Parts: sequence; C-alpha cells; structure tokens
Amino acid sequence: MTEEPLPAWSLPADAVERIALPEAWPGRITREWAWGGATGAGVRVCVLDSGVERDHPHVGKVEQSVAISLDGDQVIVEEEDTAGDLCGHGTACAGVIRSLAPECELASVRVLGAGFTGSGAVLLEGLRWAVEQGYDVINMSLSTTKQKFASLLHELADTAYFRRTMVVASAHNMPVESYPWRFSSVISVGSHELSDPFAYYYNPTPPVEFFARGVDVEVAWVGGGRLVCTGNSFATPHIAGIAALILSNHRELTPFQLKSVLYLTATNVGEGS
Amino acid sequence: MSDDLRGAVAAGVLGAEENYRALLSSIVEVARAIFKAKASSIFLLDEATDELVFEAVAGEGSDSLVGRRFPSSTGIAGFVLVSRQPLVIEDVLEDPRFSRETAESTGFVPKGLMAVPLLHEERALGVLEVLDRPSDSRFTLAEMELLGLFANEAAIALDLLQRARRAGAALEGKGELAVLARLAQALEARGAEEDGSREQALRLLEALENVL
Repeated sequence: MTEEPLPAWSLPADAVERIALPEAWPGRITREWAWGGATGAGVRVCVLDSGVERDHPHVGKVEQSVAISLDGDQVIVEEEDTAGDLCGHGTACAGVIRSLAPECELASVRVLGAGFTGSGAVLLEGLRWAVEQGYDVINMSLSTTKQKFASLLHELADTAYFRRTMVVASAHNMPVESYPWRFSSVISVGSHELSDPFAYYYNPTPPVEFFARGVDVEVAWVGGGRLVCTGNSFATPHIAGIAALILSNHRELTPFQLKSVLYLTATNVGEGS
Repeated sequence: MSDDLRGAVAAGVLGAEENYRALLSSIVEVARAIFKAKASSIFLLDEATDELVFEAVAGEGSDSLVGRRFPSSTGIAGFVLVSRQPLVIEDVLEDPRFSRETAESTGFVPKGLMAVPLLHEERALGVLEVLDRPSDSRFTLAEMELLGLFANEAAIALDLLQRARRAGAALEGKGELAVLARLAQALEARGAEEDGSREQALRLLEALENVL
C-alpha cells in the first residue's frame, strides 16, 4: 500500500508523475525477466483447503495453520490449528507450490472438516479471513455451487484483486455453475496433459483463463506419503507457485500486471511458444 | 387422504425407489466395466445426519457395503463432495493414510481411485467413485470427461431416488413434505361443501405455487 494517496477516480495532469511505475517494463517480457533466479522468497502464499500436514518432507515449513468453522452465525477462527490435513488434498497443493517456489512462505487456512452442511459459508469466511491477512497469493482448489454465496464471493474476489492479493482458483471440468473460479478478478486454472511443470497455456476462450499441469502429478499426501494425482486441483497450485516466483522478482506487481506477465510468458504466447 | 387419491399417488411412487436403486446399480456396473476397474460406488449425502451413505456398489465389497455410513467432510469422498472438485489418485507411491482409510471402508486396499462429485443444479447430492482401474494405462483428460458424464447420469438418478423417497415418506405421513399429503386430504374433504372454502384454498395454493 502506498503512503501518499494516489488519484482514485481521475488523473489530473500534475498527478501523472505520482503514478509512475516503480520499475520500467522491458519491451519484451521474458521468462528470464519474470522469474529468472527467483525462489519465491518473501512471498506469502495461502493454501485455502483441507489443512496442510506439518513437517511433510515435500512441503517443508508451514508458517501458519489456521482453521475456520462456524457455530451458528458465529465465525470461529482457530489460530493454532493442530488438526493437520483431514484429507491430504491441502498437503498435495502445498507440496506443488513448494516444489516451484522453494522459499515462499506457506500458510494453511483450513475450511474443511466441519461437515458438509455449512461448508459453503465456511469457504466464504475462510476466503474473507485470508483476504484480510493480505497474502500475496491464495490457492483455492475448491469451489461452491451455492448461488447464495456467489455475490459475496464475487465481492471478496474483487477486494482481493484491489488489495494486491492474487486468488488462483480451480476451474470446474463439468458443465456446472460454480464459484469463485468464474470471476474475472481471479485466475482460473484447468489442466493440460503435459508433464512440464512450467508449461502453461493462456486460453483465448475463457472463462477458464489458463491451463497448467494437472495430469499424473506426483504430489505430497498425508502420513508423509506421495501419490500420483490428476485434477484441476493440482493444476491450480502450479500457477500459484509460478505467480509466487514472479512476485518474488517483482514485488510491486498488481494482480492485473501479474496476469499480464503470465499471459506474456505462457507456452502458447510470446517467449513461451 | 382418500383411498382413491392415496391409490393414485401410490401408483406413481410404489416401485419407483426400487427402480431408481436399480438404475444406480446399473450405473456403477457400467462405470466399473468401462474403466475396467475393480469396484465402483455411489455415495448419497444424508443431509439430516451430515453423513455419506453407500447407496450402490459394484465389484469388491458389493455384498456388505450398501447402507454403511461415514462423516461427510473427511476422506477423499468427503473432500470431493465439499470442494465440488473431481479427484483422481492413480498410484499410491508411499503408503499414505488414504489407502488404509479406504481399506477400512471398502474391505480392500486400492492402488488408486477416481472420485467425482454428483451435482444436480446447485446441490451436491453425493459422490461417485471408481476404484483401481488398470495401472498400465495412463490416465487422460478424455477419461476425466467420461467420468464427468457418468457423474451427471448418477446425479440425476440420485435426485430421482431422493424424490421417490420423499414421496413415499409423504404417503406414509412422515417427512417434511407430509404436509402436502395432509393438504390434499383436507381439500378432498372440502369437496362436498358448498361454502366456497375449497375454491379459496385452491387459489391460496396457486398463489403459493407462484411464490415458489
């Protein structure tokens, strides 16, 4: 956040200098410029999921583990969640992000485990909490089909976008309406069949915006284990991890710019092609 | 409810549950055959108890599993239900917890499974699982699409099954929709009156129908 208020709704002539970009963009965006030498250091990535197993050899350090639940209308935030991962999925996503951005700061916000009833509300409150924490990247390999949460999730996704939090969400591979991946303020991710973790495609016919590695992915699982998995759930942390790399080289990027860099470096666009 | 009305409704409902259960069984049998898998199951979400219930099973465990319950938001099936995301685990590389959990609920240790949420309109009704497809064939996105097609079919069948059960419960005067049966009965009873109350009640019901 900038200290001096910037023009909000209009740009007077004498304010042009004040919105100068902190870093000049090269004429051509390359992968080397985007994340060459990057480790993800200094970037805070949140895995909104089933929890993340602590001390998993393929996940490493988890800085923060929080659990969100509801008691009636009351949102309960357990700041020291010791339940670990109730399924394995969150650990898998965290492991993918770690494999791409080895020095990023990982946080787990657990929104699963309190039962199916109310799970949509818990997902919403979990995202709200994560956005308030100002993480740089939020990985959401889950969605809700409940219409009543759509507008609230939309608002949250936009809030994140304007606060420089990039929400990366799994697209649905079935013809159903679900959220938040359909919103343009998040990055939505589907799967391709290649095995290169750095291969990703921009989709010129959205709503799915990017395709990343999501088939036969070797992932971490609970109990210190490993599995080979397939699903858009695992494509999503690939983009989250690459986003973390880009942000660790270019801290000032807004979600709009970050998406643009992802587009310009995609396998079917520009240098990636 | 008059015997005539009860008879008419019963004719539509009786046997329906058995038919829809047979349809679900057929879907898991076909899914198992198409994917050349060892087993396939459909779980129904019981919202009243927040549990997943084995509703149809083909292959290993088919004799003993139907009716068995477990919590709705843990394990692979629970995750798939809550997250609405399909998930394919193809190869267990290092004995993780999931294989033991699945073994406890299915009676055998799978090497892999495919799980997909059963979504109907905006509701998640349950989960379809296919266990242990042949490990020598690589998984493709085309198979994921096929799994989605089965899931769509299974979701429609589950929806029909639930409707049949609710209708059955209404006939027996239990369940939240039993009030509909009682209303029908009250309207029947008013049929002989000439005070216009039956017409008024019908208009009121039509207004309610419009609201809904």
